Amino acid sequence: MTPVRRQRLILILLMVAGVGAAATFALKAFNENLMYFFSTTEVAEGKAPKDAKFRLGGMVVNGSIARPDRGIMVRFDLTDYNKQVTVEYSGILPDLFREGQGIVANGRLNEAGIFVAEEVLAKHDENYMPPEVAESLKKTEQLKSEK
Amino acid sequence: MSIIPAFIVRFYHKTASPPFFYNLSNKLLPWFTGIFLILLGYGLYAGLYLAPTDYQQGDSYRIIYVHVPAAWMSLFIYVVMAVAGAISLIWRMKIADVVLISSAPIGASFTFIALVTGSLWGKPMWGTWWVWDARLTSELILLFLYLGVISLYGAIEDKRTASKAVAILALVGVVNIPIIHYSVQWWNTLHQGPTVTKMDKPSIHLDMLIPLLVMATAFKFYYAIAMLQVARVEILIREQNTQWVKKLVENK
Repeated sequence: MTPVRRQRLILILLMVAGVGAAATFALKAFNENLMYFFSTTEVAEGKAPKDAKFRLGGMVVNGSIARPDRGIMVRFDLTDYNKQVTVEYSGILPDLFREGQGIVANGRLNEAGIFVAEEVLAKHDENYMPPEVAESLKKTEQLKSEK
Repeated sequence: MSIIPAFIVRFYHKTASPPFFYNLSNKLLPWFTGIFLILLGYGLYAGLYLAPTDYQQGDSYRIIYVHVPAAWMSLFIYVVMAVAGAISLIWRMKIADVVLISSAPIGASFTFIALVTGSLWGKPMWGTWWVWDARLTSELILLFLYLGVISLYGAIEDKRTASKAVAILALVGVVNIPIIHYSVQWWNTLHQGPTVTKMDKPSIHLDMLIPLLVMATAFKFYYAIAMLQVARVEILIREQNTQWVKKLVENK
């Protein structure tokens, strides 16, 4: 490599490193804003905004889905396996909504500490498998828990 | 330089010559087209017909056979453009400029396809067409980077200056690539985490994974075909006053 080319190479590497560093600092500074949702622990500990709308993410707790008024309003608990938050929602639930599913809800907390959602989105996980495999996985897990 | 074998260095310098690149692409194109058609045929058949349905999403998941390869290509092509930009700035290689600018519209198309297919899948699965989470937003920025490269090149009259400008833009924009890839791990997003490209074993059944990888390879070949075709035209335009192009035209 000729000295001129080496110099250009070093300049380019410096430029990319500089832009990279700038981007890192910018993303670090806006880290909170880049989070799409609050976890249930953060909400339970009062870190979420009190009077503003925000998004809450978590897993639907098994057996917690209920329709207390026998109407369209559905109530369920969300968890991050640490703390739980109760959510109420009136509207159409997405296809993937079910127990054990990751959910992101948009809404606000009421005085009782219940999260009143205006919108519920399902967060798909990264697992893809045929139904038979899912079935047998479930069975082996049941066997394990029975032992 | 001694770590790189001499014949690779020689080949690298040879491809820098426009007539060599033009003739090489002429020989490669029919092979690439054949391989692409075979891979695409098998990939679509295996992905849409042979692969089992998903335990949660049923048949809707099959959009990954277009969405995921297109999204991978959108990142891959941008990296190719950034590398070509660096080569063009360091070695002043004309072919690198041609590869860079020929790749941009193809990369933009793949990014667009990834965004649209993702949106179509998002409506029934997530319950929304679009959210401003880190993954979706950074991918949208990638589309704007591609469009920026295309329009910057078109806006500057002198093509040598234009090539230098887009090479720098491509290199600056390359910081977005790791951001897109790791966005689902660094921040909470609505978009799911990586399935295939994680250190652990992939969280996808093998019968579903193989068509996905076949489709990804088919898309790579499609990119090579499309890029070479655009590049050949670009080379002829840039070299129209040279001896070898004149000869080529006379022989036709």
